[in-house]
Amino acid sequence: MQIRISQEDGTPIYLQLVNQIRMLVSSGRLADGEQLPAVRKLAEQLIINPNTVARAYRELETAGVVISKRGSGVFVSGSVSPLSRREKNRILNERIDALLAEAVQLDFDIQNVAELVRQRSLTFEQGNK
Amino acid sequence: MTDSVIHIQSLSRRFRNKQALDNVTLNVPKGSVFGLVGENGAGKTTLLKHVLGLLKASQGSVRVLDMDPVADPAAVLSRIGYLSESREMPDWMKIQEYMHFQASFYPDWDHKYAAELVLMFELQTGQKIRTLSRGQLARVGLLVAIAHRPELLILDEPSSGLDPVVRRDILAAIIRTVADEGRTVLFSSHLLDEVQRVSDHVAMLHQGRLLLSNPLEQVLEQHSRWTIRLAQAVTDMPVIPGTISCHGSGQELSVICNGQHPEMQKWVSECGAQILDRATPTLEEIFVARVTPAMPAQQSV
Repeated sequence: MQIRISQEDGTPIYLQLVNQIRMLVSSGRLADGEQLPAVRKLAEQLIINPNTVARAYRELETAGVVISKRGSGVFVSGSVSPLSRREKNRILNERIDALLAEAVQLDFDIQNVAELVRQRSLTFEQGNK
Repeated sequence: MTDSVIHIQSLSRRFRNKQALDNVTLNVPKGSVFGLVGENGAGKTTLLKHVLGLLKASQGSVRVLDMDPVADPAAVLSRIGYLSESREMPDWMKIQEYMHFQASFYPDWDHKYAAELVLMFELQTGQKIRTLSRGQLARVGLLVAIAHRPELLILDEPSSGLDPVVRRDILAAIIRTVADEGRTVLFSSHLLDEVQRVSDHVAMLHQGRLLLSNPLEQVLEQHSRWTIRLAQAVTDMPVIPGTISCHGSGQELSVICNGQHPEMQKWVSECGAQILDRATPTLEEIFVARVTPAMPAQQSV
């Protein structure tokens, strides 16, 4: 599980963890039923307070993203969350906001941006063949 | 306070003409990673020395693990691990001799754990302390501070002057210590990004006075950083009510507020300025804002 903590962006560390784990689950990089690292292990790996990791896991459990099984650890929830679609939108919207902000800075209008996205997508498709 | 491992009440200390500690009251909760921050000379080491019983409180009181560290130093010190800033060690000894020497003070010394740490820190125990690099010295110091699995680990500027790899070892040891149920870490540092990462409580000392002592999260939530665009450029920094620091030039200013941002917002709307952004400042920004004296008021816009 690859997680990066940044102290520059002002987001509390526990929330960065929550967001990134949600993202890993939504994108399938953490599979259903996969076990998350133990609190202590992740804390040591990321060099953050164990309580911060515990808090992130609690929030993820409340949101139904993970389930904690007493004595055996924390696992990605097998059930498909009803929020899944909304969650995916949320994640993409964050990226879109950043894109739009830069587009405005560089004097692109929305048509230009949409056209660029379409072109990139074509490039990707060709690249994947 | 049964859930505090350290209880400091109205502690003051003078060295000749210098007030090293001025009426400091502080509780370190059990199981916390407690970061003590302040500039050089702010009183951090003096405070830690009182906790260790190396200095006797002239005014006020210090209780550690429900004991008086001056009256009963052996009982207190056997339950504490300590890494001093200067890391004085007998430099004629080999690492193994030094470990043996230290182990004799601690009935709870864990030889198996100590051996694991030797491997983890890649130490050659036959090496003389005199020949060790800074980083190796820090690792030896850390090893003897934690090998008896102390209830309370005290580190005075553990990272200062060390490379990132050794710093990581030290921070990982802090985390490992506190992850063991109920153990507590008190460490002083001027590397605030480090403190923000690993602490759950933070205390700020400035010129011997305690500026704040709170859960880290509360400290971060209480402060806010705002970007303000003024109606016109100024040459002298305006005095903005509700802010604790203000910098920038021309039309854009960055200010930090400590809970009193409504006053600042009122000022902004009254003088036709505009708020561009609100963010959570880092601990470092908060610290700098709290300890830097406000700009002398020259004129307001």
